Amino acid sequence: MAEVTPLALHVPEPAVRPGGVPDFSSVKIPKAGAVPRPDVDTGSEAIRDLAFSIIRVLNREGEAVGPWAGLLSDDELRDGLRDMMTLRTFDARMLLSQRQGKTSFYMQHLGEEAVSCAFQKALAPGDMNFPTYRQAGLLIASGYPLVTMACQIYSNARDPLKGRQLPVLYSSKEHGFFTVSGNLATQYVQAVGWAMASAIRRDTKIAAAWIGDGSTAESDFHAALVFASTYKAPVVLNIVNNQWAISTFQGIARGGAGTFAARGLGFGIPALRVDGNDYLAVYAVAKWAIARARSNLGPTLIEYVTYRVGAHSTSDDPSAYRPKTESDAWPLGDPVIRLKNHLIRRGAWSEERHKQAEAEILESVIAAQKEAESFGTLHSGSRPSAREMFEGVYAEMPPHLLRQRQQAGV
Amino acid sequence: MPRMSMVEAIRDAMDVMMARDESVVVFGEDVGYFGGVFRCTYGLQQKYGTSRCFDAPVSESGIVGTAVGMAAYGLRPCVEIQFADYVYPAYDQIVSEAARLRYRSNGEFTCPLVIRMPTGGGIFGGQTHSQSPEALFTHVSGLKTVVPSNPYDAKGLLIAAIEDPDPVIFLEPKRLYNGPFDGHHERPVTPWSKHAASDVPAGHFALPLGKASIARAGTDVTVLAYGTMVHVAQAAAAETGIDAEIIDLRTLVPYDLDTMVASVAKTGRCVVIHEATLTSGFGAELAALIQETCFYHLEAPVARVAGWDTPYPHAQEWDYFPGPGRVARALVETVEA
Repeated sequence: MAEVTPLALHVPEPAVRPGGVPDFSSVKIPKAGAVPRPDVDTGSEAIRDLAFSIIRVLNREGEAVGPWAGLLSDDELRDGLRDMMTLRTFDARMLLSQRQGKTSFYMQHLGEEAVSCAFQKALAPGDMNFPTYRQAGLLIASGYPLVTMACQIYSNARDPLKGRQLPVLYSSKEHGFFTVSGNLATQYVQAVGWAMASAIRRDTKIAAAWIGDGSTAESDFHAALVFASTYKAPVVLNIVNNQWAISTFQGIARGGAGTFAARGLGFGIPALRVDGNDYLAVYAVAKWAIARARSNLGPTLIEYVTYRVGAHSTSDDPSAYRPKTESDAWPLGDPVIRLKNHLIRRGAWSEERHKQAEAEILESVIAAQKEAESFGTLHSGSRPSAREMFEGVYAEMPPHLLRQRQQAGV
Repeated sequence: MPRMSMVEAIRDAMDVMMARDESVVVFGEDVGYFGGVFRCTYGLQQKYGTSRCFDAPVSESGIVGTAVGMAAYGLRPCVEIQFADYVYPAYDQIVSEAARLRYRSNGEFTCPLVIRMPTGGGIFGGQTHSQSPEALFTHVSGLKTVVPSNPYDAKGLLIAAIEDPDPVIFLEPKRLYNGPFDGHHERPVTPWSKHAASDVPAGHFALPLGKASIARAGTDVTVLAYGTMVHVAQAAAAETGIDAEIIDLRTLVPYDLDTMVASVAKTGRCVVIHEATLTSGFGAELAALIQETCFYHLEAPVARVAGWDTPYPHAQEWDYFPGPGRVARALVETVEA
């Protein structure tokens, strides 16, 4: 009989910890334009390779190349750049507001702006996103007012959610943005149900589900893929792989799977992997998956490969678990700079215009912030009445809540 | 009026609502082609098609999670969890999502959803086919929790639940599906057809949620009960000769405090009974409410008869189930106190 050695638990570790030299040599980056663009009715088996590659449009020189290029006009790209710059500026101002004590909490998108800003532009009115807390670009790209966003963050008198929700957990039915929950992954399976409802009612609207790399480990992720696959729900299943779930590197959630996109293949769902810092590539794959869903061809899984440049939230310090310079070493660069360079290369933008746009955007964000602050912040000025606390638990207030409201004296 | 068992009344309620409202959809494990392991959805798929009534994967969080999304879209899903004992994988979706959509979105998104689930013991169901988890739902703001005790109520309350704009947990005592049960397991079971409450109106009729009914009027002591225990209480009253006023709560949240207070003010005594385990059970809430609102009327401590604080056993079914003997003792002690 062979000798039996004791077993040992395998716990994945990131390649580098604080103090180390950032190393992304394991991230295999194909050349821009190298990945083919299949027809939208292609089955998952025929495009298996796409779950292990990275669809990219912008090359090192800032040119748009390959079969996924050529979908956006100069104006559309300038709009996209403006959306991303607005989101980045808004993040910076709200981060500052949190440090100044005007709100309790904030979460920024630094480095991930292309994913939500570009995806939103591929949707049609009436479609519904089921976002996480890190897709405010969906709101900005759909024209949601910055003032209202800031009012929600300040929980002030104009907060559309009446002070009931933590900052950044926005909700706007009108803008196709489902109410964000603090409970991870719950919205992923709800998106599938919303899409099933659209199919049941013979509607033409589709749903988009959003999740981070870490939350793919939640059971609702798996439930969502089973239901999406079984009922061929018209849904785009988005995974934003920013490498980090708070302090936990993506390998803890991914395990032995080569990629997160590969998870889709086991469910028979076509899966794409895309450069999340490439605005044009994100838009192109979103268009492809949305077309599939709207043609009743079923769900698509998309993994956006990106990097969480900022802290997880205002309550987090990444220097405790990863090298401070890691984001500089990220091989897919910065989405704003890459689109800017592309527009300049196209002759549709310039350094001067960019500086001017930066100044204009900062001015408009500060103006929105000031307007929001005029309606109050968390600890000063007006805020929603305590009476609001009792409203909306049910459509009609039941007797026991009426009694409690009376006891509260509001 | 047609005579219906509880299973037939529940099926009829869904049939009526599916015919009236295109947005009503019914799904769950084995719910579609087969018609449900308890036959509650039998024939619905044939009548309304696979897009209105269909089989679901074995995933409770998937069933409730997709239903929340459907409700947010504007449908009225009426989904089934095969046994209440198996609702726990869906608990996050129920507590964190269904119950809070309206509140957290300030009414932008709502959740007109019904989650049906067979509940309760008395059937040798052992640990995972006998539980009564209602207190896990009554503790959650934003949910309504309903437990019918007869076919008439089951139909009227289920129609009201489907029409309600908020999520409703609809617990069906499976011991009552085919006939009333008073805890006398040694006697043969009688079918619903021999019981007045099996006279169920055809077509649409709804009973208000949040309203209790008086199952037996009396003056000696008030019994607060729901589900199977309503029938147990009636047996205990008959056997002791105590003139108990038995209140069938029907809806646990929102509860009908006015009916409870009026009764205890009259009788001065109160016994709370349920199958669920005692500690932190819904009976604790009822006892506290009666103490707060009826303190000066009370002539005896509020008594509770409940399942023991153990998992639901198999062989010891009748030692565990709070039968008429245990309820009768509590009635006598409370009246003589």
